[in-house]
Amino acid sequence: MSNDDPIVTSRRRALRCLAFGGAGTLFTLAGGVLTPMDLVLAGTDRKSAAAAGVPLFVQISDTHIGFNKEANPDVPGTLRQTIELVNAMSVSPALILHTGDITHLSRPEEFDTAAQLLSQLRVTELHTTPGEHDVADATVTEYFNRYGQASDRRGYYSFDHQGVHFISLINVLNFKANGLGALGQPQLEWLEADLKGRSASTPIVVFAHMPLWTIYEPWGWGTADADQAMSYLRRFGSVTVLNGHIHQIVQKVEGHITFHTARSSAYPQPTAGDGPGPGPLTVPRDQLPKMLGLSSVTVQRYPNSLAVTDTTLA
Amino acid sequence: MLTIEATIDRMRNFNISPAVPGARRRAFAAALCACGLLALASGSVSLAAEPAAAPNAALGSIAIRNFMFEPMSLAVAVGTTVTWKNFDGEPHTIHSIDDTFRSGALDQNDSFSFKFDKPGTYRYACSIHPQMVATIVVK
Repeated sequence: MSNDDPIVTSRRRALRCLAFGGAGTLFTLAGGVLTPMDLVLAGTDRKSAAAAGVPLFVQISDTHIGFNKEANPDVPGTLRQTIELVNAMSVSPALILHTGDITHLSRPEEFDTAAQLLSQLRVTELHTTPGEHDVADATVTEYFNRYGQASDRRGYYSFDHQGVHFISLINVLNFKANGLGALGQPQLEWLEADLKGRSASTPIVVFAHMPLWTIYEPWGWGTADADQAMSYLRRFGSVTVLNGHIHQIVQKVEGHITFHTARSSAYPQPTAGDGPGPGPLTVPRDQLPKMLGLSSVTVQRYPNSLAVTDTTLA
Repeated sequence: MLTIEATIDRMRNFNISPAVPGARRRAFAAALCACGLLALASGSVSLAAEPAAAPNAALGSIAIRNFMFEPMSLAVAVGTTVTWKNFDGEPHTIHSIDDTFRSGALDQNDSFSFKFDKPGTYRYACSIHPQMVATIVVK
C-alpha cells in the first residue's frame, strides 16, 4: 500500500477532510475504480490536484429544490455551497452530471429555481438524468420540457468526452409495484446497440438516478433489470457506474465495474434498513454539512492497482 | 366499506388539517360533509360543514400516512369519487398500475380525487415509493 504516493497522500487528506468536517469528496478514476480525495484541498492545493490527474467531471445529486422540512429548511443554500465547492476547484472540470431529483415535487417553479442555481456552476456542460421526484407531475412533462432535448425525450442518451464514453440511463419511469426501478426493454436494446463495436479499452461512465445494483430491496434501492445492462458492460476494462437516490455513499467493485452512489446536496437518508423506511433524516444542524456533498471524477494517467482496495470513504 | 369508527377517525384527521386550495378544497369539503353526515347519524360527533356539491354523491376517502395507504383495500360503488390525502412530510403520488389515473406529487396535506365510472379492480402505487401499493374495487 506504500508504492503509490498520490493515493496514500490523497487518503490522508480525505481522512483529514473528514476530521475537519468538509462536505466535498474528490474521486480519482484509476483502472476503473474510484479513489476518494478531498475536494476542499483540491480547491486550494493546485499541485496535488494536478498530480492526481485531469479533472473530468463533477457529480452532484438529489438537490431536491422545493424541500423545506426539518431535515434541511435551506436546500437552495446547501446547493449554493455545493456549487461554490465546484467553482473553487483549481482545475475546473468540463462537465457536471446531475444524477436526479433536481426538484422535490416536479413543480415548474422548483425547476426554475434549480436552473437558476445550477447556472452559477462554472462548467461548460450540464448533463442530467431524472429522479422519481422529477417525473412526479401527472403528465411527466416538466422535466422533459427542460432537459429532454439530449435524449429526444426518451431519457437515455450517450456522448463522448476526452476519450471517455458517457451513458445516461433512466430507471424511474417503468416502476413496478412493490418493486425496484427498471430500465425497460427498449432502453436495454438501445444500450446494447450503443456499446456494440466499441473498443473494450474505452473507459465507460454510466449514470442513472436509482442504484444500478440492489443495495436494499425492501426500500426499492435497486434496478430490477440492471443485470441485463451490466452484461453488456462487463467486457470493458473501466466502467464507472454513478447513481444518486439514497443520499449517501455506498460503493461496490465487481470485476472492472465500480458502482458508486453520491451524497445529496439537500439532506441525508438513513442507512439501509435503519428504521421504518427511507426518507429525510434529521441530524443535528452542525452535523448536516458533513453528510451532504458531491463527487468528482478525475482520469488517472497511469494504472494503479492499489486503488482497487481503497475505495470507501464513508 | 368503511366502518363508522374508521370514518370518524379519518374525519378527525381531515378536520385538524389546514384547508387545501381550489378544487381540491371543494372536493374535500364534500368529503368532509359526507363524513359528517355519517358521524351525525351515529350520534357521536357533530360537525359544521359546507353543503355537499351534489346530493347523494358517493364518496370514498383514503389517507396516506407513514408511507401507507389507509385503507389498503377499499370497495366502492360505480360512480364513487375517491379522495386521497397525504399526511406525510414526504410527497407521494397516486398512480394506477394500468395508468387509468395518476396524480401529481402530493405534498403534505395535498389531496387528489378520482371518480370511478367503471367497475373493476384498480391496483395503484406511489410512483415515488413503489413499495406503497393498494387496491380499489369498484362494483
